[in-house]
Amino acid sequence: MTTQDTIRRHTIAVLVDNEPGVLARVIGLFSGRGYNIESLTVAEVDSNESLSRINIVTSGTPMIIEQIKVQLDRLVPVHKVKDLTLEGPFIDREMALVKVAGTGEKRVEALRIADIFKARVVDATITSFVFEITGTGEDLDRFIDLMRQLGLVDVSRTGAVALSRGTAAF
Amino acid sequence: MSSGTILSGAEIIIKALRDQGVDTIFGYPGGAVLPIYDALFKQNQIKHILVRHEQAAVHAAEGYARSSGKVGVVLVTSGPGATNAVTGLVDALMDSIPIVCLTGQVPTHLIGNDAFQECDTTGITRPATKHNYLVKDVNNLARTVHEAFYVAKSGRPGPVVIDIPKDVQFADGVYRTPGESLPKSYRPQVKPDLNKVEEAVELLANAKKPIFYVGGGVINSGPVASQLLTQLVRMTGYPCTTTLMGLGAFPAHDQQWLGMLGMHGTYEANLAMHGCDLMVCVGARFDDRVTGKVSEFSPNSKKIHIDIDPSNINKNIRVDLPIVGDAAYVLEDMIRIWKARNKRADQAALKVWWDQINFWRARECLRYEKTDRVIKPQFALERLRAAIAGRDDVFISTEVGQHQMWAAQFLPFNKPNRWLTSGGLGTMGYGLPAAIGAQIANPGALCIDVAGEASIQMNIQEMSTALQYRLPVKVFILNNQWMGMVRQWQELLHGSRYSESYSEALPDFVKLADAFGGVGLRATKVSEVDDVIREMIETPRAVIVDMCVDSKENCFPMIPGGKAHNEMLLGPEDRVSEATPEEGMVLV
Repeated sequence: MTTQDTIRRHTIAVLVDNEPGVLARVIGLFSGRGYNIESLTVAEVDSNESLSRINIVTSGTPMIIEQIKVQLDRLVPVHKVKDLTLEGPFIDREMALVKVAGTGEKRVEALRIADIFKARVVDATITSFVFEITGTGEDLDRFIDLMRQLGLVDVSRTGAVALSRGTAAF
Repeated sequence: MSSGTILSGAEIIIKALRDQGVDTIFGYPGGAVLPIYDALFKQNQIKHILVRHEQAAVHAAEGYARSSGKVGVVLVTSGPGATNAVTGLVDALMDSIPIVCLTGQVPTHLIGNDAFQECDTTGITRPATKHNYLVKDVNNLARTVHEAFYVAKSGRPGPVVIDIPKDVQFADGVYRTPGESLPKSYRPQVKPDLNKVEEAVELLANAKKPIFYVGGGVINSGPVASQLLTQLVRMTGYPCTTTLMGLGAFPAHDQQWLGMLGMHGTYEANLAMHGCDLMVCVGARFDDRVTGKVSEFSPNSKKIHIDIDPSNINKNIRVDLPIVGDAAYVLEDMIRIWKARNKRADQAALKVWWDQINFWRARECLRYEKTDRVIKPQFALERLRAAIAGRDDVFISTEVGQHQMWAAQFLPFNKPNRWLTSGGLGTMGYGLPAAIGAQIANPGALCIDVAGEASIQMNIQEMSTALQYRLPVKVFILNNQWMGMVRQWQELLHGSRYSESYSEALPDFVKLADAFGGVGLRATKVSEVDDVIREMIETPRAVIVDMCVDSKENCFPMIPGGKAHNEMLLGPEDRVSEATPEEGMVLV
């Protein structure tokens, strides 16, 4: 396999006008053209300018990733598209709420592992915990995998938010 | 009336259209656009053309836009009005035609209630347009209309929908003039990176076997781009081929033109594309109809790709030197730099290359059997070509299928904006409304829809529009009693099992023309062809010609699906090899 065929994961940030339908445009572009979305987050980041930031984790060959970026860029409400994976070091974080039910040793073990992962207990009953955990997607995957053996009953994840390292603005 | 004036929403729309220079709109009234129709009634600066189906409104606006270089404007009602327009919108999207389509919507407070004639127009048209808007506040209406025109015509042109609830049309709001409203985020790059243009000129000067591969982007850029292209091609002495969409961007009578390329392109154009060492793609997008088998597409060439839309670059074919910009700007810079650096083509190499091309040309790939027994469709078009030769005011539209390919192969396009065909979407029913739009934009011109008997029935109702506005459009039906292209593929690829492709129970087209109030003419014999064509051209009214042609004729040359440019079929004697690969069969 040449580098041209290698499928790689990319984190792409998109600055858009915060207007009705803009998220549908972005999602429609991905589904209509058959691109992957591994995760997507969106929220307003500048209320004065009414701008939202969309963070998309996607995967594809270099040609597909290039297409995704130029296709995004030609949407009218899109201001900027930034490929964080390509443009240098960046930080990505995801949050999850993880509910674990159980008693006895498993319950204690869940709490112990949560401590190791620096997950916080945000809800507790006699037979359950809800943990709040923040980290990279991989961190969360590992935590959730461990919890699976300890009575995992429900998970809610945010998808990744990401920023470039250093002083550079968007 | 200045900026800041208070008007009703409907008046704002009319005023904004006027300020955008609109003199003609194509539409169909209905409940949700009655206020706009009322405002239209009270003025006489904008002419409204009443079509008979909303799909045709968009196609007519496309014909108007393509033949005039202006933005085509459409006005339809909510619900079915909008959904009927969708085919036309996608057609305009695929062929990059600037359209602004105003759709009525149910009143704001009813949106989402499944009201009568309600549909989610912005939802439905989102992937069908370059951009769309739902205007809920009358004070945003003027700005939105102006922005829509800017988006429709700038960069790579395309259709824009503005959905306007009925209460917004009634409400009073502030009018804003065009200058005050440009989108902040959408500023397409039109001027090229000069370093890249210089690099392109070096490649151009050093090429041994170059070819210009030219598409509709040159036509969209405006007539100047076609002039500049012609100048550059002649300066270099290099061969030039055009896509279906690019016909007319370079004069067809020029010896340097190799004809159209692609699936039904000429032998010399396709083999030159396959064998070239430098390809200069100007405003084309390496569509699958052009490339054939991608992995074997022009294997030994460096490729320069000039396009205004960055998303066209490296989409299908990896290129060596992409240049983002408007064709006219890029070509102008290329000519300037070529001259400034005293560049010369390598004449010895060029002679060898032209000798090779002329050897391919000598195959006369568009040859067909000359016979008195039956009217060959190619013969009918050759006679039409002879009849319109020397005229500068001929606009040809087509439907979709064999007749479309034959028209592309056999009719001469020496200037841009004279050829109106549905290239990307391949919309049957496109040609008649497009001819109507072209006729309105070019009164007095000769507007001919080259049609098939199947396609024409998809928007035949527009004959009524032609008659209402006394438009002398000509419908030139090559009637072979088959959905010819479907039949051809069934013959070549599906064991001649002609599933549902026979045109059963055809109307009598002569009587049909008569019923609409037009003139019907028919030719069944070779000896009648010239007379019918002459009478068609001389009749100052809408005409339907029923040209009864050979029902068995197939369109050649042809690159079968999944094959490369050097694997063309030249005629019926070339059998599609049993080895038509399965991945080729699934291609459309």
